[in-house]
Amino acid sequence: MSAAPFGGPPAGAVAVDAELDCRGLPCPAPVLALAKAARARGDAAPGTVLAVVAEDPAARVDVPAWCRMRGHDYLGADVAPDGVARHVVRLGGAV
Amino acid sequence: MPSSPPWTDLDSASTRPLHPAAREALLLAHEHGYADPRRLHHAGRRARQLLDNAREVVAACLGARPDEITFTGSGTEAVHRGLLGLARGRRRAGPVIAHSAVEHSAVLHAADFSAAEHGTTTRVVDVDAQGRIDLAALEAALAPRDVAVLAVQSANHEVGTVQPLAAVADAAAHGDVPVLVDACASVPWQGLGAPWTVAAASAHKWGGPSGVGVLAVRKHARWRDPSPADDRGDRRALGFEDVPGAFAAAAALQAVLAEADETGRRVAALVDRLRAEVPRLVPDVDVVGDPVERLPHLLTFSCLYVEGEALVTALDRAGFGIGSGSACTASTHEPSHVLAAMGALTHGNVRLSLHPGTTDDEVDRFLAVLPGVVARLRAEVGL
Repeated sequence: MSAAPFGGPPAGAVAVDAELDCRGLPCPAPVLALAKAARARGDAAPGTVLAVVAEDPAARVDVPAWCRMRGHDYLGADVAPDGVARHVVRLGGAV
Repeated sequence: MPSSPPWTDLDSASTRPLHPAAREALLLAHEHGYADPRRLHHAGRRARQLLDNAREVVAACLGARPDEITFTGSGTEAVHRGLLGLARGRRRAGPVIAHSAVEHSAVLHAADFSAAEHGTTTRVVDVDAQGRIDLAALEAALAPRDVAVLAVQSANHEVGTVQPLAAVADAAAHGDVPVLVDACASVPWQGLGAPWTVAAASAHKWGGPSGVGVLAVRKHARWRDPSPADDRGDRRALGFEDVPGAFAAAAALQAVLAEADETGRRVAALVDRLRAEVPRLVPDVDVVGDPVERLPHLLTFSCLYVEGEALVTALDRAGFGIGSGSACTASTHEPSHVLAAMGALTHGNVRLSLHPGTTDDEVDRFLAVLPGVVARLRAEVGL
């Protein structure tokens, strides 16, 4: 898709600060989990790398869209050891 | 106890109530046009007259010849048979059905069906972030010269973006590729100005009765009926046409298009206002679709952190009927393929589609209740 919501794996090795488990949860649970984790970090949020693991097929569109809307960087998607998609983001200034 | 608020339908893109002109025509045609239009007796000839009249009116409204118009049982049927008939007629030209990434699911399902039953392959053409077909991607998709048929809608049913059909037709003409134009979303407001080989429309979307679709096939089109043969007069019709339905659909279309310039300008101004105000009043909203090259009556936006179904229910309770492209009911549900193709937020989606008679006051009230509804739903999930 030219709008490219479906990124490849994160470029290079990225150290993930926290991984959120949203297996089995419907949308918009993965984005909610990211937003709450970002907010909980407060002033320490910028630069933090978060990952969310979710089967929700909307996550591959909505996690990049959340990043675009909230000023975060979408680093891409890979898979968790059990084969479930994992989306990786780096938090920007505004949470 | 406060009385319940008035309820306003802002979902005209799903369907419109029966237009008064259609109501009148329907009653008349049920009385005088009940017979089989193929019969040569008096009642049959009267039914034939009404059917021919309906065909002429619809043809004039859509820029077609009367013998290019067939009434079907729905817009979906018109899309299915339009696409499959072109694929069948062009079988020797190539095995590929190409379509834009944001076509209605009727096109996607017809392409899937054709792939399973007739061994065609499907090539999806990308769109940009506004949902407009990528013309460079289209050129690339047509370049191998193996495309039997290309399907591009006149305007998108979910986000309202109008497709550049003249440029699409130019690109297709190089390879003699026929274009199926699904015009269901735009006909109620704009008729059918753009070039097409086969076009599909749906009467209930312009205030005609439900159960009436229009399949328009150009005289020169290599279209071969994908359905079993029928002995009826119109070689594309399947079974006994709904003559009263077709007659009423034609009356409604004529009436609606006669005032479409004026009503279109009015609702376009209301949508401009909604488009400016919604993101100002509600934080974290993704407004999608082209702001200018769009249908006049439609606005789509998505609200972060909110389920589409919850928004539909809460706004209904607040007095507004809206559509939503979100599907948050299960962890395995696919999001709207239209919003996904555009890279737009797929949850918390609201599609507003105004009616010709939607008032300033109704838009005011919607803008007054929306911020509170979204804030409450966000508070419920802790954001």
